[in-house]
Amino acid sequence: MNLAVNASSLVQFISQPWHWAVSGAAIALVLALMTWMGRSFGVSTTFKAFCSAAGAGKVSDFFKMDVKEEFWRIAFVIGGLIGGYIATNFLQSPEPVAISPETIDYLATIGINYPEADAKGIGFVPTSLLNFESLSGILMAVGGGFLVGFGARYGDGCTSGHAISGLAHFQLPSLITVIGFFIGGLAMTHFIFPFLVG
Amino acid sequence: MKNLSFLAVGIFFGIVMAKSEAVSWFRIHEMFRFESFHMYGIIGTAVVLGAASMWLMKKTKMTTLRGTLVGYNPMNLNIKRHLLAGTIFGLGWALVGCCPGPMYVLLGSGYTIMLLILAGATLGTFTYGLVMKYLPH
Repeated sequence: MNLAVNASSLVQFISQPWHWAVSGAAIALVLALMTWMGRSFGVSTTFKAFCSAAGAGKVSDFFKMDVKEEFWRIAFVIGGLIGGYIATNFLQSPEPVAISPETIDYLATIGINYPEADAKGIGFVPTSLLNFESLSGILMAVGGGFLVGFGARYGDGCTSGHAISGLAHFQLPSLITVIGFFIGGLAMTHFIFPFLVG
Repeated sequence: MKNLSFLAVGIFFGIVMAKSEAVSWFRIHEMFRFESFHMYGIIGTAVVLGAASMWLMKKTKMTTLRGTLVGYNPMNLNIKRHLLAGTIFGLGWALVGCCPGPMYVLLGSGYTIMLLILAGATLGTFTYGLVMKYLPH
């Protein structure tokens, strides 16, 4: 009985939004575990594996690879998917993501009402913008995804590979890539995005 | 069996990404508007503690479970390539509000729109494979 009460208060405790320091330490732990298991911490190569599995090796040698060698990575992202399911269904915070009032006010000026922009109201994805229901929603989702996939492969890594692993190994190419992430991100957020939704 | 351990680390990763709110489009937008320290705190802490643990693993010449030494395959330095690739990635990251890891996590969270974003990312990867010979490397 007592144990059950303790378990439910533990779930409540974990369900609060996590402090940035706890979150950062947990990500460092993932990096350390992956390294200890003899693999790198990189997610975007899964897209390359999908291309290869679909037969892209016939049109470009770049996709000639042994997909079986990537099963560990695919297992990792399937785990990520399950983790997202667990967090959202069993460990959900009682309040939507507490972004700053400045961001909320700004978003209102471009017609995005937080957190109603999110169909679930938890502040994860503005489904009023990215959705299957409108042509603009579909184009934004596919186009944005396209840029992420193209840029990650051209740069040989995404946020996990460069911003976390690469920087943790003091790699100059990773630092320059991360500077690029910010050049693109700032340009999108400040100049292109307001134009797209305006 | 080995893949099951990666599945387990992945589950932990998914919970961390969701509970840290790093999967939130709004957190990414806020980060690029410099209106909160949250994302910088997460990435900064992860890099500092990650660097410390990588340093320790190299210093103690720890062998991994696959019997290898801890290291990093360095990329050839090509500033034009890194900046261009990073910028393309960043444009997409700020638009869809998620990088590749969170795409999977958010799909698990029930955001089916991630299927389109993941399809777009795979298409982008495929397109890179077709045009890579025309790009600076």
